[in-house]
Amino acid sequence: MSELKPSMPGALSADEVTARYLVREHHPENGTLLGFWIYLMSDCLIFASLFATYAVLGRNYAGGPSGAELFDLTLIAVNTAFLLMSSITFGFAMISAQAKKVGKTILWMGVTGLLGLAFLALEIYEFYHLIHQGAGPQRSGFLTAFFALVGTHGLHVLFGLVWLVTLMVQLKKHGLGAENFRRLQCLSLFWHFLDVVWIGVFTFVYLLGVMP
Amino acid sequence: MSGQHHEHGHDGHAHGHDTYVTHYSAKDYAIGFVLSLILTAIPFWLVMGNVLPPNTARVVILAFAAVQVVVQMIYFLHLNSKSEDGWNMMALILTVVLLVIVMSGSIWVMYHMNANMMPAMGGASDTTHGAHDMP
Repeated sequence: MSELKPSMPGALSADEVTARYLVREHHPENGTLLGFWIYLMSDCLIFASLFATYAVLGRNYAGGPSGAELFDLTLIAVNTAFLLMSSITFGFAMISAQAKKVGKTILWMGVTGLLGLAFLALEIYEFYHLIHQGAGPQRSGFLTAFFALVGTHGLHVLFGLVWLVTLMVQLKKHGLGAENFRRLQCLSLFWHFLDVVWIGVFTFVYLLGVMP
Repeated sequence: MSGQHHEHGHDGHAHGHDTYVTHYSAKDYAIGFVLSLILTAIPFWLVMGNVLPPNTARVVILAFAAVQVVVQMIYFLHLNSKSEDGWNMMALILTVVLLVIVMSGSIWVMYHMNANMMPAMGGASDTTHGAHDMP
């Protein structure tokens, strides 16, 4: 910052310049979590676009079936329960990781993974069922928007599961070092974020979708 | 949220000079889980049991969703104004602003476009068949 020294007579010394103009802001030592958060926010905007698309096209049935005819709310309630439970089991994994208990962390991650898998299996069953009865994504604007939004969320869960399994292997191999703990923190944000998006999905798409 | 704020040097985490370290507490997760369960069960019950008239139900359901998003942000994502020196919150506020613009803008524009292109406006049969009769 010494180049900042003014050339005028009676100018401030370098130290005074520093004190006067250089505001010392406190930045986080490790930017990973903030960077990951910003990634999640960009993801949030992708979902916002898909929600907006659904809001615009959600009632354009093109003579095809409507949400009220297609959606099975019991199935969605069970699915929502799976995802919500996987959120708290991941929380238990974080608490175990914080206490430096590797075995317990891996165990809770395993439970989280199984719940996530159950969620995904139910969703695939639902999609298969819909396509089987002729309500595939090409049927109407409503179904295109539906498959795009819910499918994107499902893909996120799938990638979250891949990440989860990878991290379980990493933990088994290398234990709970600072790096692996940081990775766990990122996955924790990702996993809970998916649950937050799902709140929007079950409210906007399913609950409002079956109403007249 | 109390108990999440830890001075540096605590717990031996990797965050050498951070003054803020997220503390994962069972109590937070339990509160978040129970609140989420309630905030999910009620809207499902309202819709599946046809408890309220549709227009009232719509507003109530959206309100429950909004509250649950905030609850999960606080208790599961551990978001508060102190994490990452407030930059998390800044990024979130920017995102919410963009989100509102995208959502409300799309719905507003498309609603009016739909409304203005309804064939019923000004002689339905003339408008719909007009295109076919053109040379």
